[in-house]
Amino acid sequence: MASREQYLKDLRIRAHVITLGRIAVLVLFLALWEFSARVGWLDTFIFSSPVALWHTFIDMVRDGSIFLHTGITLYETLLSFMISTILGIIIAVLLWWCPRVRDISEPYWVALNSLPKSALAPILIVWFGNTTKSILITSISLTIVSTILTMLNGFLSVDPDKLTLIRSFGGTKRQILTKILLPGNIPVLMNVLKVNIGLCLIGVIIGEFLSAKAGLGYLIIYGSQIFKMNWVILSILILCLLAVAFYQLILWIATIYEKRRG
Amino acid sequence: MAALLSVHDLCYTYHTPKADTPALADISFSVEKGEFVSIVGPSGCGKSTLLSLVAGLAIPDQGHITLHTQASHPVGYMFQRDHLLEWRSIFSNACLGLEIRGAMNDKNQENVRQMLRQYGLGDFMEHRPSQLSGGMRQRAALVRTLALQPELLLLDEPFSALDYQTRITVADEIWQILRQSGKTAVLVTHDISEAISLGDRVMVLSARPGRIMYDIRTDFGPDRTPLSVRSHPAFQTYFQQIWQAMVQMEGVDHHGKS
Repeated sequence: MASREQYLKDLRIRAHVITLGRIAVLVLFLALWEFSARVGWLDTFIFSSPVALWHTFIDMVRDGSIFLHTGITLYETLLSFMISTILGIIIAVLLWWCPRVRDISEPYWVALNSLPKSALAPILIVWFGNTTKSILITSISLTIVSTILTMLNGFLSVDPDKLTLIRSFGGTKRQILTKILLPGNIPVLMNVLKVNIGLCLIGVIIGEFLSAKAGLGYLIIYGSQIFKMNWVILSILILCLLAVAFYQLILWIATIYEKRRG
Repeated sequence: MAALLSVHDLCYTYHTPKADTPALADISFSVEKGEFVSIVGPSGCGKSTLLSLVAGLAIPDQGHITLHTQASHPVGYMFQRDHLLEWRSIFSNACLGLEIRGAMNDKNQENVRQMLRQYGLGDFMEHRPSQLSGGMRQRAALVRTLALQPELLLLDEPFSALDYQTRITVADEIWQILRQSGKTAVLVTHDISEAISLGDRVMVLSARPGRIMYDIRTDFGPDRTPLSVRSHPAFQTYFQQIWQAMVQMEGVDHHGKS
């Protein structure tokens, strides 16, 4: 049994080393950055410094502006995420339901899917005006086509014998959908959610670059125009944290689902 | 005994852009109530097509299929793979047909529980399919089929996905279950031994387009079970007969092509 204890101990030590190593990388990076800024290797006007960023952060917390900008980006991302995912699933179901429509529209979906959707953003701003609506539409246009195609592909790759099973019980098309296709594609949906939350954040930032009066994307563009690099870098750091938090949120939802399933 | 199923002059053709493939030609037979009929034939002879036609999942080009029964859901279908749904428990899987038919009443659910207990799955009702062995899964699939109380069971190579030892045991179990509950069954398989050991009658189907080349009644006495008849002296005789018939068919086929 000694060897098993040794093995478990080694395992614990390895886990500690990895955690400490990860923290060390961050601390070292910040220290090197601050040090380079102080001794003049880096131009603080362009590159800022951790301490200067901290002061900017405290100032923006005091006047509440950081909450405003982060909140708006958060709100726009979650809203476009929900709309594009739900709408995407509904369209995928409709395309599965009507094979004729699916066959006719297929080349258009493929074309739309391979188009770099960020190219649409400027024209969407012209069409829908300098409003939150165009930011949401930019973000939705970025995610919805891949959602539709991934979900549809999931529906179509279900074992045809499973569909025959439902039909052998005299089941309807609607029952095939609710008993087999939807529950059987939950793992596909979880992957779609993971991809979509990241894409929606990208979409919102692109939208905010082009048309916004608030939000982290706006802060980045505005800050770079008036050379407030502290704002720009701080916004990027917050975006990093948001992206990680979103991803964790989806993982958490997936874990809860797995647990409920038993 | 009265016929439960009669099939008359059945023809079926698959259409593809390149060609029409006749799958079945002039199939006529009848199955009596309580009978277990095996249909054996080379792969691609249209065995599974025949079952889909009987189950009403496809429409024949020609001919009639008549079921002489008043049952609301006369035909049950068992597949090569169990197709238990991983996101449902065993009990919930077994109730799938009842759910689809809108027949989830207490009586039917109790009947499903009773069957699961009887077939050794009583302790596994709330388990997931992946927690069960292949044989147990196939029994759960059988309960799912029997839940709707069909009179005729169509078995589409339901044992072929199992390993050899399990296959023989599960075939024996399922045969006993069907016999005890007085069900009529039609089994298609490419395994001659399986066909003989299970079937009161064995029909041999030719290669495409499938025709009935041979229809023999196996006689192993009243105490037959699928396992015991494998060591019965007559077993080898039937095997040879059917083997010869299939070899001859292939010979004719090759000759025809050359």
